[in-house]
Amino acid sequence: MSDNHDHHDHHHPEPESEAALRVKAIESLLVEKGLLSTDAIDFIVEKFEKDIGPLNGAKVVARAWTDPEYKRRLLENGTEAIAELGYWGPQGAEMVVLENTPTDHHVVVCTLCSCYPWPVLGLPPTWYKSFAYRSRVVREPRAVLREFGTELPDDVNVHVWDSNAEVRYLVLPERPAGTESMSEEELTTLVTRDSMIGVANVEVPALVK
Amino acid sequence: MDSVHDMGGMHGFGPVLHEENEPVFHEDWEGHVYAFGTAVKGPLFRNTDAGRYALEVLPPAEYLASTYYGRWLMRTERRIVELGYVTQQELDERLAYYREHSDAPVPRGSDAATMERAQSRYERRPRSLHRTDGTPPRFKAGDTVRTINNHPLTHTRLPRYARDKCGVIVRVNGIHDLADNIAHGLPPEPQANYSVRFDARELWGDDAEGEGCVYLDLWDCYLEPADRRNDAAD
Repeated sequence: MSDNHDHHDHHHPEPESEAALRVKAIESLLVEKGLLSTDAIDFIVEKFEKDIGPLNGAKVVARAWTDPEYKRRLLENGTEAIAELGYWGPQGAEMVVLENTPTDHHVVVCTLCSCYPWPVLGLPPTWYKSFAYRSRVVREPRAVLREFGTELPDDVNVHVWDSNAEVRYLVLPERPAGTESMSEEELTTLVTRDSMIGVANVEVPALVK
Repeated sequence: MDSVHDMGGMHGFGPVLHEENEPVFHEDWEGHVYAFGTAVKGPLFRNTDAGRYALEVLPPAEYLASTYYGRWLMRTERRIVELGYVTQQELDERLAYYREHSDAPVPRGSDAATMERAQSRYERRPRSLHRTDGTPPRFKAGDTVRTINNHPLTHTRLPRYARDKCGVIVRVNGIHDLADNIAHGLPPEPQANYSVRFDARELWGDDAEGEGCVYLDLWDCYLEPADRRNDAAD
């Protein structure tokens, strides 16, 4: 906490939410009893705000697009190939990579809670945790993908993976046409979180086209 | 446990709302609640499945009325009371204080062992899921299986929509501890976990959206050979 905090020169524009007050109550009691490390809270929050996010997964995808040997290892043993790039941690003990192709499209959900491959994608977005996504994508994946603007041709097979146990799934999206001259680093910037969950395809920005 | 958390296939939740450029945490308290599991001495739950079960037992109406981190907050409040770390009265009184003094600071605390646990959790390679002991797999890729029809009050990872359904084993994931047991501190009974493919029509009948399939990762004890029922009928 910064030194100038004592001056109370920042104030909340709106009253704090009930939830924020409940969290303050918990924290102050547990700290008084020596049961809570606020340093550890800061460490964990910063990890997810700065280090662990979908950029990790995008680097995995861009490497697979540009290095066929890496792609082979990635599809054969996702956990080890992802660890080669330095990504591992909770909710990533066992990683399986699903390759989207012109004939097969994979999409991932967790209907029972919101299991998600943290080391490569960070924490899940709100829509992934929503009751609508959790309830619907196993029953009507094409309709759900359409809401994301993703229209799958009728002859594409849809595979929905309900990651209900401890294996975590990362979708390897198709490399879009027209990116042949792009470097691995440039490709990384095209890969979206949603494409690695499988609700979207990777698009080429108009400028590149 | 058959509660509202098991929502695969349910109707009525409306469209999926997508927020552009969403922050990791929308409010500071969400990150704090997320971190409690590791930042509280102990830690709060014996394992991830115990933490999941603590969400499943929340009253269904409250589960549905809350946000994701709101549910984590509820389970934290219940858990620290259950562990005897605080009493409900202490929590209520302290909340009343912060309602009156919302700008009052929150004290800081640090503990080297807790910090070290947090760091190693995020920086070291996680423990492998694979167990060298346990029951060998009964099935192999290509085998047809039927899921059991069970309704335990306890934790399970076999969702309702996939009970008593036929599927095909597509991969043997390895020998893993049984989530149903470790959530409750029971012997882990390590056994095979399989990826099983179910045709959409097997799960949803004529109301299926069309051709398609759903995969689940299922423990050996959730499965029986698909021909068992036919044998029994003979």
